[in-house]
Amino acid sequence: MKPAVLTGEYFMTGDVACAEGALAAGCRFFGGYPITPATEIAERMAIRLPHVDGCFIQMEDEIAAMATILGASWGGVKSMTATSGPGFSLMMENIGLGICTETPCVVVNVQRGGPSTGLPTHGAQSDMMQARWGSHGDYEIIAMAPSSPQEIFYLTITAFNLSEKYRLPVLIMTDEIIGHMSEKVIIPEAKLIKTVSRPKPKGRKDHFKPFAPGPNGVAPMPAAGEGYNLHITGLTHDEKGYPVMAVETQAEMMARITEKIQRNLDDIIRTDSFLLDDAEIVVVSYGISARTSMAAVAEARKLGIKAGLLRLVTIWPFPEDQIRTLADRVKGFVTVEINLGQIHREVERCAGGKVPVFLVGHPGGTIIHPDSVVKVLKEAF
Amino acid sequence: MQEIPTPSKKQPSHPLDDLIRTDRLPHIWCPGCGIGTVFSACLTALKVSGINLRKTVMVSGIGCSGRAAGYVKLDSFHTTHGRAIPFATGLKLANPELNIVVFSGDGDLFAIGGNHFIHAARRNMDMTVICVNNLNYGMTGGQVAATTPHLAKSTTTPVGNPETPFNLPLMAYACGATYVARWTMLHIRDLTDSITEAICKKGFSFIEALSPCPVNYGRRNKQKPLDMLKLYQEKAIIKNDADPSTLDIDFEKGIILGKFVDLDRQTFTEQYDKIYRPSRLQENVSELSS
Repeated sequence: MKPAVLTGEYFMTGDVACAEGALAAGCRFFGGYPITPATEIAERMAIRLPHVDGCFIQMEDEIAAMATILGASWGGVKSMTATSGPGFSLMMENIGLGICTETPCVVVNVQRGGPSTGLPTHGAQSDMMQARWGSHGDYEIIAMAPSSPQEIFYLTITAFNLSEKYRLPVLIMTDEIIGHMSEKVIIPEAKLIKTVSRPKPKGRKDHFKPFAPGPNGVAPMPAAGEGYNLHITGLTHDEKGYPVMAVETQAEMMARITEKIQRNLDDIIRTDSFLLDDAEIVVVSYGISARTSMAAVAEARKLGIKAGLLRLVTIWPFPEDQIRTLADRVKGFVTVEINLGQIHREVERCAGGKVPVFLVGHPGGTIIHPDSVVKVLKEAF
Repeated sequence: MQEIPTPSKKQPSHPLDDLIRTDRLPHIWCPGCGIGTVFSACLTALKVSGINLRKTVMVSGIGCSGRAAGYVKLDSFHTTHGRAIPFATGLKLANPELNIVVFSGDGDLFAIGGNHFIHAARRNMDMTVICVNNLNYGMTGGQVAATTPHLAKSTTTPVGNPETPFNLPLMAYACGATYVARWTMLHIRDLTDSITEAICKKGFSFIEALSPCPVNYGRRNKQKPLDMLKLYQEKAIIKNDADPSTLDIDFEKGIILGKFVDLDRQTFTEQYDKIYRPSRLQENVSELSS
């Protein structure tokens, strides 16, 4: 019987480190479906979960995989699934159910080139807007982008903690390159890992309202079988969980599921920077592209260009204030991402026309070479 | 002359009130609809079965029958269209102590959710699936379903259904269900008994409950509200252990009802524990012996 936290130093792929992060966070259920380049996460969980008294199941499709992790979460267990673009599309339906029913869980998208079957074995970052808006209706979501196998280990723990704290599906938007890259991963001692679990309700069970917000805007969450006679529905519902087809109830529910994120941005948003303090040109990037951007910024500095990097760790909610503040003092932005300009639009929106925003992107299949970033840094400003 | 008693202000309580969210009544089901009858058969069965209702969960998909989860006073989940079974699978695997009843309609379970049904039966996931079969999509106004009889009219088959419907008990049997029965909502006692057996049965159990939809199906097929019930009465052939391949619904020749499958096979959880979590099995054994 191996422990849940495999304390030690390893040479690990991002996919395996993601699985280990989940186990360290307390994940005990994985519902999956094979898909390149995310399969290794499922394979690792299939081996590891039974050793920690957890359960792995391979479902008939990604729709079912996403449904099982919501069910498992209401069964009282931290749960996760992992997929790539085509599977992510299928999961959108039940990601919406998870948002509407405020169900904690973690969904990993190891991105590959799209659309459709696209480039199964080659990386991309082209599902970033799908992560934000892929399920129908208005909502807020939390999505994070790791830049290394070590970071995916920690961010998976963070994803679980945020998901439990704010009661919603949290997305890890990694990519084929991070997923299949092997690097040193240090797993600390279990006692050094902070894990968060959903707040449990107290008081009378017969008058419990599963959607009445607590102090931070989030309701405590019991599990099925604990005597609360819960009713949970994807229909618009009141604090009791009962469906009410009324304009007022829709407004109240939407306020609950959006404000709990909007009011806690400081707790949720994480960014990192490199040579940003005195930067005149800011490279905005995330995931694998942030690593090549870092090399580009270092190279630009050698050429005397005052470039800096703002690395987005949390993608959604978008760090709007940071970009807006920078827009008041810098000469411009360069967004670097493996797509045709998804986060680029967000940077443009927040720059608000004050300074130019350039895109270094391509349609997917390989990393963005630092030289192509340096070229824009040299020529555009 | 007998004195007419003045009605008391307090309505007498219904024997199933303790299992119903009475604060959600009136329900949405139309006059003449049979879902309520199947629902009360299910509630009676839950009571009679003697299972721990605190550990019992009802899961539904979308549609008229899918609203059952909203009326039962148990932990209940009204999920997405067709996904009740995989959602219930997650609940069961997270907490194997839970008794799971999936209550949904034919469109939900066998068209959009068909893939999930066949795989849950194959895995022998320990749950009871009750399908209210009203031969059409009622909630959206009477469209053709995977169960609509050949040549029957619906809003999307205005001249008649060109397709052939599923034989649901055959599908359940072929996929590995350990308990399969079919009744109509008119055969309320048999239906209740079967649901009770299914709830107590370990493994994937399936009950098809035929139920009229006079507003959307009957109206377009020249059936008055009672006509379908008359068919249920006149055309019913009760034949337990009938060969599942003979169970196509034929309103001319007859509708075969009964319990068709009742066998024992290890459930997913039993197999998973045996192969992957032997320590959990040992714990269960020591709990039983202590």
